Amino acid sequence: MSTKGKVSGIVSNLVTVQVDGPVAENELCYIDLHGTKLLAEVIKVNGANASVQVFESTRGLCMGDSVEFLGRMLEITLGPGLLSSVYDGLQNNLATMEDVFLKRGEYTDPLDRDKLWEFTPIAKPGDSVSAADWLGEVTEGWLPHKIMVPFSFKGSYTVKTVAPAGKYTVDDVVATLTAADGEVVEVTMTQKWPVKLAVKAYREKPRPSKIMETGVRVIDTFNPIAEGGTGFIPGPFGCGKTVLQHAIAKQGEADVIVMAACGERANEVVEIFTEFPELIDPHTGRKLMERTTIICNTSNMPVAAREASVYTAMTICEYYRAMGLRCLLLADSTSRWAQALREMSNRMEELPGADAFPVDLSSIISNFYSRAGMVILNNGKTGAVTFIGTVSPAGGNLKEPVTESTKKAARCFYALEQNRADQKRYPAVNPIDSYSKYLEYPEIAASLDAMFEKGWVDKVIGAKMLVRRGREMADQINILGDDGVPMSYHEAFWKSELIDFGFLQQDAFDAIDSLCPLERQKEMLDMLLEVCAKQFLFEDYEKCRAVFKDMINIVKQMNYSEFHSEKFYNYRTELNNLVQEYVK
Amino acid sequence: MSSKVYQKIYTHLHAITKATVSLKATGVANDELALVHGHLAQVVKVKGELVTLQVFAGTEGIPTDAEVVFLGAPPTLKVSEQLSGRFFNAYGHPIDGGPEVEGEERQVGGPSVNPYRRRQPSELIPTGIAGIDLNNTLVSGQKIPFFADPDQPYNQVMADVAMRADVDKIILGGMGLSNDDYLFFRNEFESAGALDKIVCFINTTEDPPVERLLVPDMTLAAAEYFAVDRNEKVLVLLTDMTLYADALSIVSNRMDQIPSKDSMPGSLYSDLAKIYEKAVQLPSGGSITIIAVTTLNDGDITHAIPDNTGYITEGQLFLRADSDSGKVIVDPFRSLSRLKQLVQGKKTREDHSQVMNAGVRLYADAQNAKTKLENGFDLSDYDHRCLDYAKEYATRLLSIDVNIKIDEMLNTAWELFSKYFSPAETGIKQTLIDKYWVR
Repeated sequence: MSTKGKVSGIVSNLVTVQVDGPVAENELCYIDLHGTKLLAEVIKVNGANASVQVFESTRGLCMGDSVEFLGRMLEITLGPGLLSSVYDGLQNNLATMEDVFLKRGEYTDPLDRDKLWEFTPIAKPGDSVSAADWLGEVTEGWLPHKIMVPFSFKGSYTVKTVAPAGKYTVDDVVATLTAADGEVVEVTMTQKWPVKLAVKAYREKPRPSKIMETGVRVIDTFNPIAEGGTGFIPGPFGCGKTVLQHAIAKQGEADVIVMAACGERANEVVEIFTEFPELIDPHTGRKLMERTTIICNTSNMPVAAREASVYTAMTICEYYRAMGLRCLLLADSTSRWAQALREMSNRMEELPGADAFPVDLSSIISNFYSRAGMVILNNGKTGAVTFIGTVSPAGGNLKEPVTESTKKAARCFYALEQNRADQKRYPAVNPIDSYSKYLEYPEIAASLDAMFEKGWVDKVIGAKMLVRRGREMADQINILGDDGVPMSYHEAFWKSELIDFGFLQQDAFDAIDSLCPLERQKEMLDMLLEVCAKQFLFEDYEKCRAVFKDMINIVKQMNYSEFHSEKFYNYRTELNNLVQEYVK
Repeated sequence: MSSKVYQKIYTHLHAITKATVSLKATGVANDELALVHGHLAQVVKVKGELVTLQVFAGTEGIPTDAEVVFLGAPPTLKVSEQLSGRFFNAYGHPIDGGPEVEGEERQVGGPSVNPYRRRQPSELIPTGIAGIDLNNTLVSGQKIPFFADPDQPYNQVMADVAMRADVDKIILGGMGLSNDDYLFFRNEFESAGALDKIVCFINTTEDPPVERLLVPDMTLAAAEYFAVDRNEKVLVLLTDMTLYADALSIVSNRMDQIPSKDSMPGSLYSDLAKIYEKAVQLPSGGSITIIAVTTLNDGDITHAIPDNTGYITEGQLFLRADSDSGKVIVDPFRSLSRLKQLVQGKKTREDHSQVMNAGVRLYADAQNAKTKLENGFDLSDYDHRCLDYAKEYATRLLSIDVNIKIDEMLNTAWELFSKYFSPAETGIKQTLIDKYWVR
């Protein structure tokens, strides 16, 4: 007999339920609103009163309405067909909802139950297997989608039967396993997993050792993110958070991309729907949408489902990671998720922490970030979940609880700066304040040495120093005046501007400049550092400015030209000639 | 307002604050309307038998033995073609002396559009103002506020934009509008002969502040009727959203909720998003575009209201008095239209985005030169050219009294670049320089 209850209090989407039996924290329930079932989750229990957050609008809900508890936590369905789907925060398929408007209590199936998948067995009868071991495989898009022993299976099993190669639906039994106690269990292509628990069916989680290419120069060269790494992008509104994230989604070197639009603008998600089916993945030549799952809980959708959406997205990534794939999770924005927590905490009249956020915000955030990472699977293969979240700090002030808590959890920090955005220096990533902890990892340094050249990290640090020195010089010039400083100050300042305009800035809307492969990044950086290493001779600071402006213009034209093209090298020659003319 | 057949009348109020009343009642639904002492009120909290209602008109004069009748439904609006050309108060009752509207009664503040059913906005809304069309192009289905200090002519600019925009309906939601501004809008609409495509929901400063909470929902319910049912292009004007947010904080304060930043309710972001996200491009061709006003305290955009708004809307238009040109300009640094790239170079000339960026970058250089000048340093030749450029740029393009076509704006920009700078100094793509540079 499942536990039942009656509604005894309502404040917006927080409902208090008087229960007649046992309930668990995070257990789900349905509230019956005149025949429409509203899904809700237990977030607090006090005596016979359970506080539940409702994933829908509670308009019209009455005292005494009946509630039925489900005896399970919020879980999602995992199986072939997740890719190129568009879900809400609770994994309802938005594409199969007919109406223009979202209807309360309409829950749609995340997977296509009729579609036939070409199954190839991997395991053989007699094999000993445990959770997340591969039993077989289907092809999803162009990716090998492994059918695994469900994550929830505990202990060791022996494979009894595996279905022969052929076409099956996701609900057909493709394998039977014998448990240690002799019980025989059936396995289909789908399984369920509670989103708030991390999937831990892997052998170990080593430190990341390789960078993930994004095609964005200020990331890949200056502050690289590791495969299986974590990073975050804080910035005031209008600084290009979303444009930067979309660029990473389009170009990131990953097999699977999950984008969680968490409490953000619906039109931004529409942009993804519209563009991704057309865009080509630069690494495989396939349509971008084929490797992408979108979790869409926009700002006007119910706030409790917003909180669930990031967990749903992470669980899908962990599922694909267990197949030995490289996944990239982009969440925009984790501040909205934190605000959802704040709204609930507020309605429960809990004592608030800083800025009225719940006191355990920091631990919730670090717990979530820790679910990313590279893992070694039971069969020795590797998989990775790289996570980049955006943060929308109130008033653009980075000294606020969400930014500070995230800074403790994430290893890369891409600080977007209002000042740079005002000057249209995009991406507006502050070159001085931003950092990647991965540059300090010996494993990563070794891998960069192998990819680029020995001593690459030192070269990058050198380039950063040039930019930093340029900033200091600019301050001096501003204080003392153009005439009040030696020529070398002007030269140092303009060298940093050359790196800024020629390398750090990148036009996300230009077909060529938007994607800069690593090889091209190296060539451009080498070229610019070579120029910066030279000592110049100018008659006055006016001339210095004019010559460097010309150089910047040439380098920008290079960035707009096809790599290795004749045009590209013509500009390069033009630059060399200009440099020669003024070099000491 | 109709009521249930077997309605029960309550006559004992348990508690009264300036904005809310509480009483013991049973069978009450969340969000339901009620009449308290003849004033309209709405259920905002139910705890056991204790029901809390926000009273829109305020609780002045309400006694503890006031009659309370629950009406069994959330706020509604009757929608039909008859809405056109009419002026209503926050409850949707006519204030223009005309008859009540007949039509289908719909709940306001209804569900959101399935994001998957939306279409990407792609139609340009020209306004003739270069600070908008050139630098911050508007697109149908967009939501964008004016950030302005109270002394700036934001209502005039908004009226100009509305009258020039090529739309089927203009729906004005006025919150805390001064009576003078209300009459100004009325006059503008009448003198343009555009009354038949206008619908207004007006709450003036003379009306109680909590009533304002109904205005956006009423306005958008009417907008959804025209956009969804009649496939029309609808432009919604909301002024002033700061006063709306203030009303939200009054109610949450009276309900003893813990305030977050700037004493605003913790749910401010969700509350504002519910309104702004009604902006939509529908697959059937109808659209809702929202232009709002958020007034600032002395230009402070870090205050919770503009800050949350900025994270929700697709950009913002920032008005500022410019001392160089002596005009009110659309600030090119703080203003932004996030959807501009959907039309720039696609619905407008190919050079649009590069011209825009170069124009703003050079204007930024002029600001640096100005700082140098203020600090008493000598200016270089480039600095002087930048300053001269900035003055002309502000006068001929940024000023809000400009009214020209987009091609003309681009040509003006090229003219200014060529007059003050070398091609390299603009940093524009060579192919465009070859084509458009004025030699």
